[in-house]
Amino acid sequence: MHADPVGVLTGAHFLDGDHAACEGAIAAGARFSAGYPITPSTEVVERFSHRAPKIGATFIQMEDELAASIAILGAVWGGVKAFTVTSGPGFSLMMEHIGYAAMTETPCVFIDVQRGGPSTGLPTLPAQADMMQVKWGSHGDYEIIALCPNSPQECFDLTIKAFNFSEQYRVPVFVMMDEVVGHMTEKVVIPRAEEIEVEPRRWTTQDKSSFQLFAPCGEEQTPEMAKAGDGYQVHVTGLTHDERGYPNMTPAVQDRMVRRLVSKIRDNAEKICLTEQHDIEGADVVVVSYGITSRVAQRAVETARAEGLKVGSLRLITAWPFPEHIIRAIAPKVKGIVVAELNLGQMVREVERCAGGQCRIAHVGHAGGTVHKPEQILKAIQEVAR
Amino acid sequence: MSSPIVSITAPANPVEDFLRTDRMPHIWCPGCGIGTTVNCFTRALLESNTDLNKLSIVSGIGCTGRVAGYTNLDSFHTTHGRAIPFATGLKLASPDMTVVVYSGDGDLFAIGGNHLIHAARRNIDLKVICVNNLTYAMTGGQTGPATPLDVITATAPYGTYDPAFNLPYLVEAAGAVFVARWTTFHVKQLARSMAEMFKKKGFCFIEVVSPCPTLYQRRNKMGDGLDTMKFYKEMSKTKHGAPTNEVGLTKSGEIIVGKFVDRERPDFATMMNAHLQHELGDQYIQAEGPVCG
Amino acid sequence: MARGSVSIVVERCKACGFCVEFCPSKVLALSSAFNSKGYHPPHAVTPEKCSGCDLCGMYCPDFAIHGFRTDKPAAKSETEKEPDDAC
Ligand SMILES: Cc1ncc(C[n+]2csc(CCOP(=O)(O)OP(=O)(O)O)c2C)c(N)n1
Ligand code: SF4
Ligand code: SF4
Ligand code: SF4
Repeated sequence: MHADPVGVLTGAHFLDGDHAACEGAIAAGARFSAGYPITPSTEVVERFSHRAPKIGATFIQMEDELAASIAILGAVWGGVKAFTVTSGPGFSLMMEHIGYAAMTETPCVFIDVQRGGPSTGLPTLPAQADMMQVKWGSHGDYEIIALCPNSPQECFDLTIKAFNFSEQYRVPVFVMMDEVVGHMTEKVVIPRAEEIEVEPRRWTTQDKSSFQLFAPCGEEQTPEMAKAGDGYQVHVTGLTHDERGYPNMTPAVQDRMVRRLVSKIRDNAEKICLTEQHDIEGADVVVVSYGITSRVAQRAVETARAEGLKVGSLRLITAWPFPEHIIRAIAPKVKGIVVAELNLGQMVREVERCAGGQCRIAHVGHAGGTVHKPEQILKAIQEVAR
Repeated sequence: MSSPIVSITAPANPVEDFLRTDRMPHIWCPGCGIGTTVNCFTRALLESNTDLNKLSIVSGIGCTGRVAGYTNLDSFHTTHGRAIPFATGLKLASPDMTVVVYSGDGDLFAIGGNHLIHAARRNIDLKVICVNNLTYAMTGGQTGPATPLDVITATAPYGTYDPAFNLPYLVEAAGAVFVARWTTFHVKQLARSMAEMFKKKGFCFIEVVSPCPTLYQRRNKMGDGLDTMKFYKEMSKTKHGAPTNEVGLTKSGEIIVGKFVDRERPDFATMMNAHLQHELGDQYIQAEGPVCG
Repeated sequence: MARGSVSIVVERCKACGFCVEFCPSKVLALSSAFNSKGYHPPHAVTPEKCSGCDLCGMYCPDFAIHGFRTDKPAAKSETEKEPDDAC
């Protein structure tokens, strides 16, 4: 399906990442957003509140992030595509409904424009320190999808992708921006509506008497949906439930349900994992990075190559599910992997786990507040290559 | 046993159509009032001719929160305290839907208290039914925001000393357009009030004082469900239009019941549409409900 | 001659006694027999007095009993005053 032209501002624009993400959401078909202001993410919903009344969409500013994060889920069951936006402190409050969305298989998108933490931390300055929180922040076992744009253009493109994945797998999907990407202004090209692929919601047409709201369908292992008012008398609960959606709190049903919530993402991970790879074949060192850090890393890689080092780069566009298969393939062939990120060691743990001791791992951490200096990453490359 | 009357020509119990009968029996204790409120709810839906395909029920967590799971309607059992913001999203995305929030006093007034007052302030068109059993029942009878002074609870073994909310007073102050209170003894009045509420636009609230014999009454030596119902019968006084600041509940005092508030105030969607229409003119495209894929 | 009757799903009853207590015509009593869960469900001791008002049905928290009319609905009699009037 193509995007609805009503929402699409075709053309070349000069936008910051926050505004571009908003346009991505609109192009993807989002017609509802609930939010609560927090720097550096607020511009996304500010723009949405401006755009919504002119495109048949609704924006409501809620009383807090707990409310915003569940209002969007109510809206989804009412039949629209919906998203919310926040940053660290608000993201912490949203954890409850990330779990609820995963449990109830409610397609929705969360945009987290990361800032330095913990707690109130650095409201106006960047970090990439919510990367584990987005995966593990809500209690229990579940899987989500998280994408990391490194430019305003990607804020647009990946927000569309996020909505598409969320519909495809009925799962909450996260656009993990950071303050720099959110506030940097660059050229953003918005294609014509008919050039934008949009995943429609998978409304069921199954018989009303036999339809099961949580019975897996197809390769995605993802159930079809019915909304309130469709006549299916859906029941949606955060309790452990059977395929009908009825609470059934037995170990057997728990096992079946949680395994599917997890496997629908894990089994399809290779399709969901988007990466940008350069010169990995024959490299001695591979630099792994994502989001804004990938732009700094690129400079370091270029300098190292100019010095004659054999360096490849792997940019994680999808951070979760983690592209295990790629790291597993790289690790035995290189001397080492350098991981650069704006935190003191989050995604590097995944890299270490997947490398399984087959090569050296060097972490270039940073507590946030600004981006790395390319020299910091370069130094790590040089050490590993030695 | 001696034969109960079983008439072959008996019409079905009117509640039956509204139940997920494959989930019966329910989990509620003997003498619990929640089931009684469900009877009133279903009679009110019948009486008000509400289109059941255009009705959703949203609950939070608790014994009362289980109502959503037993009703054969589009039903959402959400997270603790968050039924109202979920319902807000649902209502705004699906403006033709009647959205009922059915939950407990703890869910709506403690963990969900902030959401409740803001939904009332905005006058979101929600029909809120609060079963007030004066305690956190699901978790074992701890003190809640509506627990009166001087009662024993699981977390107040020497008696409560923190004052309770007067629910109608709070909700009226926050902006609700319809506020009533009944007890589970007042089945007819409750059903009538609910039917009236379904027809009213805006943030509506009905408190139903209800027994939790297992955890509240027993611990306070107030007998079982039936004793509590007799207590309600004896101690209730109908005072329509009573000033809500005078209707606070106490452990064993009078229970003022009736319709306290019924006023007109444009609801959120009406305000939003009128305002945006005025400001944007032809540029305003009103959201028209479900639009995806 | 009874104008109404009650239908009881014995297995759902938890013997709370609401229906017995609040039947305006005092038609019901808890029986001495048990259902499979060990509760004493109600039975009609004076079925001829039943008006079919369904107050028992509105009170029953377990959806185990309801009343219905067996004749054409007539004007309200003394015995089927609503509890409105009782409080
Ligand atoms: C976030 C969260 N905190 C605590 C709980 C535990 N909990 C479940 S129900 C409940 C209280 C419910 O009380 P109330 O809303 O009065 O409903 P009742 O059970 O009395 O009908 C609590 C505290 C929970 N489920 N979620
Ligand atoms: S614990 Fe109390 S409120 Fe919960 S089902 Fe039992 S009697 Fe009802
Ligand atoms: S009201 Fe219902 S549960 Fe209670 S005694 Fe009567 S039939 Fe049984
Ligand atoms: S229908 Fe009315 S009169 Fe008959 S048993 Fe029930 S409450 Fe009593």
